[in-house]
Amino acid sequence: MTVVTWLRRHLVVLAGLFTLGYLLLPNVVVTLFSFNKPKGRFNYEWQQFSTDAWKDPCGVADLCGSLSLSLQIALWATIGATLLGTMIAFALVRYRFRARGAVNSLIFLPMAMPEVVMAASLLTLFLNLGAQLGFWTILIAHIMFCLSFVVVAVKARVMSMDPSLEQAAQDLYAGPVQTFLRVTLPIAAPGIAAGALLAFALSFDDFIITNFNAGSTVTFPMFVWGSAQRGTPVQINVIGTAMFVIAVLFVLAGMVIGNRRKRQKA
Amino acid sequence: MSTLTEAPPPLAPAPERKPPRRRGRLVPYWLLLPGILWLLVFFALPMVYQASTSVQTGSLEEGYQVTWHLATYWDALTEYWPQFLRSVLYAGCATVLCLILGYPLAYLIAFRAGRWRNVVLILVIAPFFTSFLIRTLAWKTILADGGPVVGALNSLGVLDVTNWLGLTAGDRVLATPLAVICGLTYNFLPFMILPLYASLERIDQRLHEAAGDLYATPFTTFRRVTFPLSMPGVVSGTLLTFIPASGDYVNADLLGSTDTRMIGNVIQTQFLRVLDYPTAAALSFILMAAILIMVTVYIRKAGTEDLV
Repeated sequence: MTVVTWLRRHLVVLAGLFTLGYLLLPNVVVTLFSFNKPKGRFNYEWQQFSTDAWKDPCGVADLCGSLSLSLQIALWATIGATLLGTMIAFALVRYRFRARGAVNSLIFLPMAMPEVVMAASLLTLFLNLGAQLGFWTILIAHIMFCLSFVVVAVKARVMSMDPSLEQAAQDLYAGPVQTFLRVTLPIAAPGIAAGALLAFALSFDDFIITNFNAGSTVTFPMFVWGSAQRGTPVQINVIGTAMFVIAVLFVLAGMVIGNRRKRQKA
Repeated sequence: MSTLTEAPPPLAPAPERKPPRRRGRLVPYWLLLPGILWLLVFFALPMVYQASTSVQTGSLEEGYQVTWHLATYWDALTEYWPQFLRSVLYAGCATVLCLILGYPLAYLIAFRAGRWRNVVLILVIAPFFTSFLIRTLAWKTILADGGPVVGALNSLGVLDVTNWLGLTAGDRVLATPLAVICGLTYNFLPFMILPLYASLERIDQRLHEAAGDLYATPFTTFRRVTFPLSMPGVVSGTLLTFIPASGDYVNADLLGSTDTRMIGNVIQTQFLRVLDYPTAAALSFILMAAILIMVTVYIRKAGTEDLV
Protein backbone atom coordinates (compact mmCIF):
# COMPACT_ATOMS: atom_id res chain seq x y z
CA MET A 1 0.00 0.00 0.00
CA THR A 2 1.49 3.30 -1.02
CA VAL A 3 1.44 6.41 1.10
CA VAL A 4 -1.11 8.03 -1.21
CA THR A 5 -3.66 5.23 -0.96
CA TRP A 6 -3.17 5.09 2.80
CA LEU A 7 -3.78 8.83 3.00
CA ARG A 8 -6.86 8.56 0.81
CA ARG A 9 -8.29 5.74 2.85
CA HIS A 10 -7.74 7.54 6.12
CA LEU A 11 -8.48 11.08 5.01
CA VAL A 12 -11.71 11.24 7.05
CA VAL A 13 -9.95 9.99 10.17
CA LEU A 14 -7.11 12.48 9.77
CA ALA A 15 -9.50 15.39 9.18
CA GLY A 16 -11.61 14.30 12.16
CA LEU A 17 -8.56 14.11 14.40
CA PHE A 18 -7.49 17.57 13.24
CA THR A 19 -10.89 18.93 14.32
CA LEU A 20 -10.60 17.12 17.62
CA GLY A 21 -7.23 18.79 18.13
CA TYR A 22 -8.75 22.17 17.31
CA LEU A 23 -11.43 21.53 19.93
CA LEU A 24 -9.01 20.43 22.63
CA LEU A 25 -6.07 22.78 22.03
CA PRO A 26 -7.52 25.62 24.18
CA ASN A 27 -8.02 23.21 27.07
CA VAL A 28 -4.39 22.13 26.80
CA VAL A 29 -3.34 25.77 26.89
CA VAL A 30 -5.61 26.52 29.86
CA THR A 31 -4.13 23.58 31.79
CA LEU A 32 -0.55 24.46 30.87
CA PHE A 33 -0.97 28.10 31.87
CA SER A 34 -2.45 27.15 35.24
CA PHE A 35 1.18 26.32 36.09
CA ASN A 36 2.51 29.63 34.82
CA LYS A 37 4.01 32.46 36.82
CA PRO A 38 3.20 35.51 34.69
CA LYS A 39 5.21 38.70 34.94
CA GLY A 40 2.49 41.29 34.40
CA ARG A 41 -1.20 41.26 35.22
CA PHE A 42 -2.12 39.10 32.22
CA ASN A 43 -1.52 35.36 31.94
CA TYR A 44 -1.08 35.11 28.16
CA GLU A 45 2.69 34.54 27.88
CA TRP A 46 4.65 31.64 29.29
CA GLN A 47 7.21 32.67 31.89
CA GLN A 48 8.13 29.89 34.31
CA PHE A 49 6.69 26.79 35.92
CA SER A 50 5.02 27.32 39.26
CA THR A 51 2.34 25.64 41.35
CA ASP A 52 1.53 28.79 43.33
CA ALA A 53 -1.96 29.17 41.90
CA TRP A 54 -2.84 25.52 42.57
CA LYS A 55 -1.79 25.93 46.22
CA ASP A 56 -3.98 28.99 46.65
CA PRO A 57 -6.95 28.77 44.23
CA CYS A 58 -8.98 31.33 46.20
CA GLY A 59 -6.05 33.73 46.47
CA VAL A 60 -7.74 36.36 44.30
CA ALA A 61 -10.37 38.61 45.80
CA ASP A 62 -13.98 37.73 44.86
CA LEU A 63 -13.00 34.74 42.71
CA CYS A 64 -14.32 31.95 44.93
CA GLY A 65 -17.29 34.06 45.96
CA SER A 66 -18.34 34.39 42.34
CA LEU A 67 -17.75 30.67 41.81
CA SER A 68 -20.00 29.67 44.68
CA LEU A 69 -22.66 32.14 43.52
CA SER A 70 -22.57 30.59 40.04
CA LEU A 71 -22.88 27.10 41.52
CA GLN A 72 -25.85 28.15 43.64
CA ILE A 73 -27.63 29.80 40.72
CA ALA A 74 -26.93 26.80 38.48
CA LEU A 75 -28.31 24.43 41.14
CA TRP A 76 -31.56 26.35 41.64
CA ALA A 77 -31.97 27.02 37.93
CA THR A 78 -31.51 23.30 37.25
CA ILE A 79 -34.14 22.35 39.83
CA GLY A 80 -36.60 24.93 38.54
CA ALA A 81 -36.10 24.27 34.83
CA THR A 82 -36.11 20.48 35.26
CA LEU A 83 -39.35 20.53 37.24
CA LEU A 84 -41.21 22.88 34.88
CA GLY A 85 -39.69 21.34 31.74
CA THR A 86 -40.51 17.74 32.73
CA MET A 87 -44.13 18.69 33.39
CA ILE A 88 -44.41 20.32 29.94
CA ALA A 89 -42.73 17.34 28.26
CA PHE A 90 -45.20 14.89 29.82
CA ALA A 91 -48.14 17.09 28.85
CA LEU A 92 -46.89 17.31 25.25
CA VAL A 93 -46.34 13.57 24.82
CA ARG A 94 -49.16 12.10 26.86
CA TYR A 95 -52.14 14.39 26.40
CA ARG A 96 -54.17 16.06 23.72
CA PHE A 97 -54.98 19.68 24.36
CA ARG A 98 -55.75 22.86 22.53
CA ALA A 99 -53.10 25.31 21.33
CA ARG A 100 -50.48 22.58 20.99
CA GLY A 101 -48.89 24.45 18.08
CA ALA A 102 -48.61 27.64 20.10
CA VAL A 103 -47.05 25.77 23.02
CA ASN A 104 -44.54 24.11 20.69
CA SER A 105 -43.48 27.43 19.19
CA LEU A 106 -43.20 29.04 22.61
CA ILE A 107 -40.76 26.27 23.55
CA PHE A 108 -38.85 26.36 20.25
CA LEU A 109 -38.41 30.14 20.04
CA PRO A 110 -36.06 30.66 23.02
CA MET A 111 -33.66 28.17 21.41
CA ALA A 112 -33.87 29.96 18.05
CA MET A 113 -33.23 33.41 19.45
CA PRO A 114 -29.78 34.99 19.77
CA GLU A 115 -28.97 35.28 23.45
CA VAL A 116 -28.38 38.99 23.23
CA VAL A 117 -31.99 39.57 22.09
CA MET A 118 -33.43 37.63 25.03
CA ALA A 119 -31.00 39.35 27.37
CA ALA A 120 -31.85 42.86 26.15
CA SER A 121 -35.61 42.34 26.13
CA LEU A 122 -35.64 40.76 29.58
CA LEU A 123 -33.69 43.72 30.89
CA THR A 124 -36.31 46.08 29.40
CA LEU A 125 -38.97 44.18 31.32
CA PHE A 126 -37.04 44.34 34.60
CA LEU A 127 -36.28 48.04 34.12
CA ASN A 128 -39.92 48.80 33.36
CA LEU A 129 -41.05 46.88 36.44
CA GLY A 130 -38.38 48.56 38.52
CA ALA A 131 -37.04 45.17 39.65
CA GLN A 132 -33.86 45.05 41.71
CA LEU A 133 -31.24 43.37 39.49
CA GLY A 134 -29.28 40.61 41.18
CA PHE A 135 -29.58 36.98 42.28
CA TRP A 136 -33.30 36.68 41.59
CA THR A 137 -33.30 38.29 38.16
CA ILE A 138 -30.38 36.05 37.13
CA LEU A 139 -32.22 32.97 38.42
CA ILE A 140 -35.44 33.94 36.59
CA ALA A 141 -33.50 34.41 33.34
CA HIS A 142 -31.62 31.12 33.70
CA ILE A 143 -34.78 29.08 34.36
CA MET A 144 -36.31 30.75 31.29
CA PHE A 145 -33.59 29.78 28.81
CA CYS A 146 -32.85 26.33 30.29
CA LEU A 147 -36.51 25.30 30.23
CA SER A 148 -36.76 24.56 26.49
CA PHE A 149 -33.67 22.35 26.51
CA VAL A 150 -35.07 20.26 29.37
CA VAL A 151 -38.37 19.86 27.48
CA VAL A 152 -36.55 18.57 24.39
CA ALA A 153 -34.41 16.11 26.36
CA VAL A 154 -37.29 14.69 28.44
CA LYS A 155 -39.70 14.61 25.50
CA ALA A 156 -37.35 12.42 23.48
CA ARG A 157 -37.17 9.87 26.28
CA VAL A 158 -40.87 9.83 27.16
CA MET A 159 -41.80 9.44 23.48
CA SER A 160 -39.73 6.27 23.17
CA MET A 161 -41.36 4.73 26.26
CA ASP A 162 -43.46 1.61 25.83
CA PRO A 163 -46.94 2.48 27.11
CA SER A 164 -47.75 -1.18 27.70
CA LEU A 165 -45.47 -1.11 30.75
CA GLU A 166 -47.75 1.36 32.45
CA GLN A 167 -50.82 -0.63 31.39
CA ALA A 168 -49.20 -3.71 32.90
CA ALA A 169 -48.68 -1.84 36.17
CA GLN A 170 -52.32 -0.83 36.20
CA ASP A 171 -53.38 -4.40 35.42
CA LEU A 172 -51.43 -5.39 38.50
CA TYR A 173 -53.61 -3.03 40.54
CA ALA A 174 -51.16 -0.16 40.86
CA GLY A 175 -52.90 3.18 41.36
CA PRO A 176 -52.07 6.15 39.13
CA VAL A 177 -49.65 7.61 41.69
CA GLN A 178 -47.93 4.28 42.27
CA THR A 179 -47.68 3.65 38.52
CA PHE A 180 -46.11 7.05 38.02
CA LEU A 181 -43.61 6.73 40.87
CA ARG A 182 -42.62 3.08 40.37
CA VAL A 183 -42.83 2.70 36.57
CA THR A 184 -43.08 5.96 34.63
CA LEU A 185 -40.56 8.03 36.58
CA PRO A 186 -37.77 5.41 36.68
CA ILE A 187 -38.06 4.87 32.91
CA ALA A 188 -38.09 8.61 32.18
CA ALA A 189 -35.20 9.21 34.62
CA PRO A 190 -32.33 9.13 32.08
CA GLY A 191 -34.08 11.78 29.98
CA ILE A 192 -34.73 13.92 33.03
CA ALA A 193 -31.12 13.50 34.15
CA ALA A 194 -29.83 14.48 30.71
CA GLY A 195 -32.06 17.56 30.73
CA ALA A 196 -30.93 18.51 34.22
CA LEU A 197 -27.23 18.13 33.34
CA LEU A 198 -27.70 20.26 30.26
CA ALA A 199 -29.54 22.91 32.29
CA PHE A 200 -26.76 22.94 34.89
CA ALA A 201 -24.03 23.33 32.27
CA LEU A 202 -25.94 26.04 30.39
CA SER A 203 -26.71 28.02 33.51
CA PHE A 204 -23.24 27.71 35.04
CA ASP A 205 -21.50 28.88 31.89
CA ASP A 206 -23.96 31.56 30.78
CA PHE A 207 -22.46 34.96 30.25
CA ILE A 208 -24.50 37.10 27.84
CA ILE A 209 -27.92 36.91 29.51
CA THR A 210 -26.35 37.13 32.96
CA ASN A 211 -24.27 40.14 32.01
CA PHE A 212 -27.41 42.07 31.08
CA ASN A 213 -29.53 41.09 34.06
CA ALA A 214 -27.07 40.82 36.95
CA GLY A 215 -26.79 44.45 38.06
CA SER A 216 -23.71 44.60 40.23
CA THR A 217 -23.82 40.89 41.14
CA VAL A 218 -20.78 38.99 39.82
CA THR A 219 -21.04 35.37 38.70
CA PHE A 220 -17.99 33.30 37.73
CA PRO A 221 -18.24 33.96 33.96
CA MET A 222 -18.67 37.66 34.74
CA PHE A 223 -15.58 37.54 36.94
CA VAL A 224 -13.60 36.04 34.04
CA TRP A 225 -14.97 38.71 31.69
CA GLY A 226 -13.95 41.45 34.10
CA SER A 227 -10.51 39.96 34.54
CA ALA A 228 -10.02 39.98 30.76
CA GLN A 229 -10.18 43.75 31.09
CA ARG A 230 -8.28 44.23 34.36
CA GLY A 231 -5.80 41.36 34.35
CA THR A 232 -6.24 37.58 34.29
CA PRO A 233 -5.15 35.79 37.47
CA VAL A 234 -3.67 32.30 37.05
CA GLN A 235 -6.37 31.06 39.42
CA ILE A 236 -9.08 31.18 36.74
CA ASN A 237 -7.03 28.64 34.77
CA VAL A 238 -6.78 26.49 37.88
CA ILE A 239 -10.55 26.49 38.29
CA GLY A 240 -11.11 25.88 34.56
CA THR A 241 -8.73 22.92 34.63
CA ALA A 242 -10.17 21.50 37.84
CA MET A 243 -13.73 21.62 36.46
CA PHE A 244 -12.62 19.88 33.28
CA VAL A 245 -10.86 17.11 35.21
CA ILE A 246 -13.75 16.63 37.65
CA ALA A 247 -16.26 16.40 34.79
CA VAL A 248 -14.18 13.86 32.86
CA LEU A 249 -13.67 11.76 36.02
CA PHE A 250 -17.44 11.80 36.68
CA VAL A 251 -18.17 10.62 33.15
CA LEU A 252 -15.51 7.91 33.28
CA ALA A 253 -16.85 6.69 36.64
CA GLY A 254 -20.33 6.57 35.16
CA MET A 255 -19.09 4.55 32.19
CA VAL A 256 -17.23 2.07 34.41
CA ILE A 257 -20.30 1.57 36.62
CA GLY A 258 -22.52 1.22 33.55
CA ASN A 259 -20.23 -1.40 32.01
CA ARG A 260 -20.07 -3.37 35.26
CA ARG A 261 -23.87 -3.41 35.50
CA LYS A 262 -24.13 -4.61 31.93
CA ARG A 263 -21.68 -7.40 32.65
CA GLN A 264 -23.56 -8.43 35.80
CA LYS A 265 -26.79 -8.63 33.83
CA ALA A 266 -25.18 -10.64 31.05
CA MET B 1 -48.41 -30.74 18.66
CA SER B 2 -49.65 -28.26 16.17
CA THR B 3 -47.25 -25.77 14.73
CA LEU B 4 -49.67 -23.05 15.68
CA THR B 5 -48.94 -23.25 19.38
CA GLU B 6 -45.22 -23.19 18.74
CA ALA B 7 -45.39 -20.12 16.57
CA PRO B 8 -43.81 -17.07 18.15
CA PRO B 9 -46.30 -14.84 19.91
CA PRO B 10 -47.78 -12.28 17.58
CA LEU B 11 -46.29 -8.83 17.73
CA ALA B 12 -47.85 -6.69 20.38
CA PRO B 13 -50.63 -4.61 18.86
CA ALA B 14 -49.70 -1.03 18.20
CA PRO B 15 -50.28 0.95 21.37
CA GLU B 16 -53.63 2.62 21.18
CA ARG B 17 -54.04 6.15 22.36
CA LYS B 18 -56.04 6.01 25.52
CA PRO B 19 -59.27 7.92 25.20
CA PRO B 20 -59.01 10.97 27.44
CA ARG B 21 -60.56 10.28 30.79
CA ARG B 22 -63.24 12.72 31.77
CA ARG B 23 -61.78 13.31 35.19
CA GLY B 24 -58.29 14.01 33.81
CA ARG B 25 -59.25 16.46 31.12
CA LEU B 26 -57.64 19.36 32.93
CA VAL B 27 -54.44 17.49 33.76
CA PRO B 28 -52.42 18.64 30.69
CA TYR B 29 -53.32 22.25 31.37
CA TRP B 30 -52.15 22.01 34.97
CA LEU B 31 -48.92 20.38 33.80
CA LEU B 32 -48.33 23.12 31.23
CA LEU B 33 -49.39 26.05 33.36
CA PRO B 34 -46.27 26.89 35.41
CA GLY B 35 -43.71 26.43 32.64
CA ILE B 36 -45.74 28.15 29.95
CA LEU B 37 -46.56 31.01 32.30
CA TRP B 38 -42.83 31.37 32.99
CA LEU B 39 -42.05 31.55 29.27
CA LEU B 40 -44.92 33.96 28.61
CA VAL B 41 -43.90 36.36 31.36
CA PHE B 42 -40.12 36.18 31.00
CA PHE B 43 -39.73 35.45 27.28
CA ALA B 44 -42.78 36.66 25.32
CA LEU B 45 -43.76 39.66 27.44
CA PRO B 46 -40.22 41.12 27.35
CA MET B 47 -40.41 41.03 23.54
CA VAL B 48 -43.51 43.22 23.78
CA TYR B 49 -41.76 45.58 26.19
CA GLN B 50 -38.78 45.71 23.87
CA ALA B 51 -40.96 46.54 20.87
CA SER B 52 -42.58 49.30 22.90
CA THR B 53 -39.25 50.67 24.12
CA SER B 54 -37.96 50.87 20.54
CA VAL B 55 -40.65 53.41 19.62
CA GLN B 56 -40.25 55.56 22.72
CA THR B 57 -38.46 58.85 23.02
CA GLY B 58 -37.22 60.69 26.08
CA SER B 59 -34.24 60.58 28.36
CA LEU B 60 -33.14 58.67 31.41
CA GLU B 61 -33.82 61.65 33.68
CA GLU B 62 -37.23 62.64 32.35
CA GLY B 63 -38.47 59.17 31.51
CA TYR B 64 -39.59 57.66 28.25
CA GLN B 65 -42.89 57.94 26.40
CA VAL B 66 -44.27 55.97 23.47
CA THR B 67 -44.26 58.43 20.60
CA TRP B 68 -44.15 55.95 17.69
CA HIS B 69 -40.83 57.47 16.77
CA LEU B 70 -40.02 54.98 14.01
CA ALA B 71 -37.07 57.09 12.90
CA THR B 72 -35.09 55.28 15.62
CA TYR B 73 -35.13 52.21 13.40
CA TRP B 74 -33.97 54.16 10.38
CA ASP B 75 -31.22 55.91 12.35
CA ALA B 76 -30.08 52.65 13.92
CA LEU B 77 -29.89 50.95 10.53
CA THR B 78 -28.06 53.75 8.77
CA GLU B 79 -25.59 54.11 11.61
CA TYR B 80 -24.95 50.46 12.36
CA TRP B 81 -25.40 48.63 9.05
CA PRO B 82 -21.66 47.77 8.89
CA GLN B 83 -21.96 45.92 12.19
CA PHE B 84 -25.06 44.09 10.96
CA LEU B 85 -23.30 43.10 7.77
CA ARG B 86 -20.25 42.00 9.72
CA SER B 87 -22.35 39.84 12.05
CA VAL B 88 -23.93 38.01 9.12
CA LEU B 89 -20.57 37.62 7.36
CA TYR B 90 -18.62 36.40 10.40
CA ALA B 91 -21.40 34.10 11.54
CA GLY B 92 -21.78 32.79 7.99
CA CYS B 93 -18.04 32.11 7.66
CA ALA B 94 -17.98 30.44 11.08
CA THR B 95 -20.97 28.25 10.14
CA VAL B 96 -19.35 27.10 6.89
CA LEU B 97 -16.07 26.40 8.70
CA CYS B 98 -17.93 24.49 11.42
CA LEU B 99 -19.57 22.34 8.75
CA ILE B 100 -16.26 21.67 6.98
CA LEU B 101 -14.41 20.91 10.22
CA GLY B 102 -17.28 19.21 12.03
CA TYR B 103 -18.47 16.81 9.35
CA PRO B 104 -15.33 14.62 9.26
CA LEU B 105 -15.30 14.37 13.05
CA ALA B 106 -19.02 13.50 13.22
CA TYR B 107 -18.43 10.93 10.45
CA LEU B 108 -15.44 9.55 12.32
CA ILE B 109 -17.45 9.11 15.52
CA ALA B 110 -20.42 7.57 13.71
CA PHE B 111 -18.65 5.09 11.40
CA ARG B 112 -14.93 4.79 12.05
CA ALA B 113 -14.31 5.16 15.78
CA GLY B 114 -15.35 1.59 16.74
CA ARG B 115 -14.85 1.09 20.45
CA TRP B 116 -13.36 4.56 20.78
CA ARG B 117 -16.72 6.10 19.91
CA ASN B 118 -17.72 7.02 23.47
CA VAL B 119 -14.26 8.34 24.29
CA VAL B 120 -14.23 10.67 21.27
CA LEU B 121 -17.78 11.76 22.03
CA ILE B 122 -16.75 12.63 25.60
CA LEU B 123 -13.74 14.56 24.29
CA VAL B 124 -16.09 16.65 22.12
CA ILE B 125 -18.35 17.49 25.06
CA ALA B 126 -15.75 17.73 27.84
CA PRO B 127 -14.40 21.22 26.95
CA PHE B 128 -17.86 22.57 27.80
CA PHE B 129 -17.04 22.11 31.45
CA THR B 130 -14.32 24.72 31.34
CA SER B 131 -16.00 28.12 31.12
CA PHE B 132 -16.12 29.21 27.47
CA LEU B 133 -14.69 32.60 28.41
CA ILE B 134 -11.52 31.01 29.79
CA ARG B 135 -11.20 28.88 26.67
CA THR B 136 -11.74 31.88 24.42
CA LEU B 137 -9.02 33.75 26.31
CA ALA B 138 -6.69 30.81 25.62
CA TRP B 139 -6.94 31.72 21.92
CA LYS B 140 -5.16 34.96 22.79
CA THR B 141 -2.16 32.84 23.73
CA ILE B 142 -2.52 30.46 20.78
CA LEU B 143 -2.79 33.24 18.20
CA ALA B 144 -0.23 35.49 19.89
CA ASP B 145 1.93 37.67 17.62
CA GLY B 146 5.07 35.83 16.59
CA GLY B 147 3.80 32.59 18.16
CA PRO B 148 4.15 29.17 16.53
CA VAL B 149 0.62 29.15 15.04
CA VAL B 150 0.98 32.54 13.39
CA GLY B 151 4.48 31.59 12.25
CA ALA B 152 3.22 28.38 10.65
CA LEU B 153 0.32 30.15 8.94
CA ASN B 154 2.77 32.73 7.66
CA SER B 155 5.24 30.25 6.20
CA LEU B 156 2.44 28.20 4.65
CA GLY B 157 1.25 31.32 2.85
CA VAL B 158 -2.16 31.24 4.53
CA LEU B 159 -1.71 34.76 5.84
CA ASP B 160 -1.02 36.06 2.33
CA VAL B 161 -4.39 34.73 1.25
CA THR B 162 -6.21 36.10 4.28
CA ASN B 163 -4.44 39.45 3.90
CA TRP B 164 -5.68 39.58 0.35
CA LEU B 165 -9.20 38.73 1.53
CA GLY B 166 -8.97 41.48 4.14
CA LEU B 167 -9.31 39.00 6.99
CA THR B 168 -5.92 39.75 8.48
CA ALA B 169 -3.50 42.66 8.36
CA GLY B 170 0.25 42.23 8.11
CA ASP B 171 1.59 39.28 10.08
CA ARG B 172 -0.95 39.58 12.90
CA VAL B 173 -3.91 37.32 13.51
CA LEU B 174 -5.08 38.67 16.87
CA ALA B 175 -7.41 41.70 16.65
CA THR B 176 -8.36 40.80 13.07
CA PRO B 177 -11.58 39.37 11.57
CA LEU B 178 -9.79 36.02 11.17
CA ALA B 179 -9.30 35.76 14.94
CA VAL B 180 -12.99 36.51 15.57
CA ILE B 181 -14.13 33.95 12.97
CA CYS B 182 -11.69 31.43 14.40
CA GLY B 183 -13.09 32.01 17.90
CA LEU B 184 -16.71 31.79 16.73
CA THR B 185 -15.94 28.57 14.84
CA TYR B 186 -14.29 27.10 17.91
CA ASN B 187 -17.06 28.10 20.31
CA PHE B 188 -19.96 26.72 18.25
CA LEU B 189 -18.27 23.66 16.69
CA PRO B 190 -19.82 21.17 19.16
CA PHE B 191 -23.28 22.51 18.27
CA MET B 192 -22.54 21.44 14.69
CA ILE B 193 -20.90 18.11 15.51
CA LEU B 194 -23.57 16.72 17.84
CA PRO B 195 -26.63 17.07 15.52
CA LEU B 196 -24.50 15.84 12.59
CA TYR B 197 -23.45 12.81 14.60
CA ALA B 198 -27.05 12.15 15.68
CA SER B 199 -28.28 12.06 12.07
CA LEU B 200 -25.27 10.11 10.74
CA GLU B 201 -25.59 7.51 13.47
CA ARG B 202 -29.14 6.72 12.35
CA ILE B 203 -28.02 5.79 8.82
CA ASP B 204 -28.23 2.08 8.10
CA GLN B 205 -24.69 0.86 7.33
CA ARG B 206 -26.13 -1.61 4.81
CA LEU B 207 -26.97 1.33 2.55
CA HIS B 208 -23.24 1.98 2.20
CA GLU B 209 -22.65 -1.66 1.30
CA ALA B 210 -25.51 -1.53 -1.20
CA ALA B 211 -24.05 1.55 -2.84
CA GLY B 212 -20.67 -0.20 -3.04
CA ASP B 213 -22.30 -3.30 -4.55
CA LEU B 214 -23.78 -1.05 -7.22
CA TYR B 215 -20.26 0.10 -8.15
CA ALA B 216 -20.45 3.51 -6.48
CA THR B 217 -17.07 4.91 -5.54
CA PRO B 218 -16.70 5.96 -1.90
CA PHE B 219 -17.08 9.57 -2.98
CA THR B 220 -20.27 8.87 -4.95
CA THR B 221 -21.63 6.90 -1.99
CA PHE B 222 -21.02 9.92 0.19
CA ARG B 223 -22.50 12.37 -2.30
CA ARG B 224 -25.59 10.38 -3.20
CA VAL B 225 -26.32 8.38 -0.02
CA THR B 226 -24.63 9.58 3.16
CA PHE B 227 -24.83 13.33 2.73
CA PRO B 228 -28.52 13.50 1.67
CA LEU B 229 -29.45 11.26 4.60
CA SER B 230 -27.56 13.53 7.01
CA MET B 231 -29.44 16.64 5.84
CA PRO B 232 -31.54 16.97 9.04
CA GLY B 233 -28.28 17.14 11.01
CA VAL B 234 -26.79 19.65 8.58
CA VAL B 235 -29.85 21.89 8.84
CA SER B 236 -30.12 21.86 12.63
CA GLY B 237 -26.33 22.09 12.99
CA THR B 238 -26.07 25.17 10.78
CA LEU B 239 -28.98 26.81 12.63
CA LEU B 240 -27.50 26.01 16.05
CA THR B 241 -24.21 27.55 14.89
CA PHE B 242 -25.40 30.54 12.89
CA ILE B 243 -28.03 31.88 15.30
CA PRO B 244 -25.87 32.17 18.43
CA ALA B 245 -22.84 33.25 16.39
CA SER B 246 -24.72 36.15 14.79
CA GLY B 247 -25.68 37.57 18.19
CA ASP B 248 -22.37 36.87 19.90
CA TYR B 249 -20.22 39.72 21.16
CA VAL B 250 -17.75 37.83 23.34
CA ASN B 251 -15.41 36.68 20.55
CA ALA B 252 -15.45 40.05 18.81
CA ASP B 253 -14.64 41.74 22.09
CA LEU B 254 -11.92 39.38 23.38
CA LEU B 255 -10.21 38.43 20.11
CA GLY B 256 -11.07 41.35 17.83
CA SER B 257 -10.57 45.08 17.72
CA THR B 258 -12.81 48.11 17.28
CA ASP B 259 -12.88 47.28 13.55
CA THR B 260 -14.44 43.88 14.16
CA ARG B 261 -17.38 44.99 16.30
CA MET B 262 -20.50 42.95 15.62
CA ILE B 263 -24.12 43.89 16.22
CA GLY B 264 -24.06 42.16 19.61
CA ASN B 265 -21.30 44.53 20.71
CA VAL B 266 -23.39 47.53 19.68
CA ILE B 267 -26.51 46.29 21.48
CA GLN B 268 -24.48 45.56 24.60
CA THR B 269 -22.79 48.97 24.61
CA GLN B 270 -25.99 50.89 23.88
CA PHE B 271 -27.83 49.03 26.61
CA LEU B 272 -25.28 48.81 29.38
CA ARG B 273 -22.90 51.73 28.81
CA VAL B 274 -24.57 54.43 26.70
CA LEU B 275 -27.99 53.66 28.21
CA ASP B 276 -29.71 54.60 24.95
CA TYR B 277 -32.57 52.15 25.45
CA PRO B 278 -34.70 52.96 22.36
CA THR B 279 -31.77 52.49 19.94
CA ALA B 280 -30.64 49.31 21.68
CA ALA B 281 -34.19 47.92 21.64
CA ALA B 282 -34.61 48.80 17.96
CA LEU B 283 -31.31 47.10 17.07
CA SER B 284 -32.22 44.01 19.05
CA PHE B 285 -35.65 43.94 17.41
CA ILE B 286 -34.13 44.18 13.93
CA LEU B 287 -31.69 41.36 14.76
CA MET B 288 -34.55 39.19 16.02
CA ALA B 289 -36.68 39.85 12.95
CA ALA B 290 -33.75 39.22 10.59
CA ILE B 291 -32.93 35.91 12.29
CA LEU B 292 -36.55 34.74 12.31
CA ILE B 293 -36.99 35.55 8.62
CA MET B 294 -33.70 33.89 7.66
CA VAL B 295 -34.49 30.78 9.71
CA THR B 296 -37.98 30.45 8.24
CA VAL B 297 -36.76 30.81 4.67
CA TYR B 298 -33.88 28.41 5.31
CA ILE B 299 -36.08 25.74 6.87
CA ARG B 300 -38.55 26.05 3.96
CA LYS B 301 -35.72 25.66 1.44
CA ALA B 302 -34.04 22.82 3.28
CA GLY B 303 -37.38 21.12 3.71
CA THR B 304 -37.07 19.86 7.26
CA GLU B 305 -39.84 20.88 9.56
CA ASP B 306 -39.30 18.58 12.51
CA LEU B 307 -36.28 20.16 14.16
CA VAL B 308 -37.44 20.07 17.73
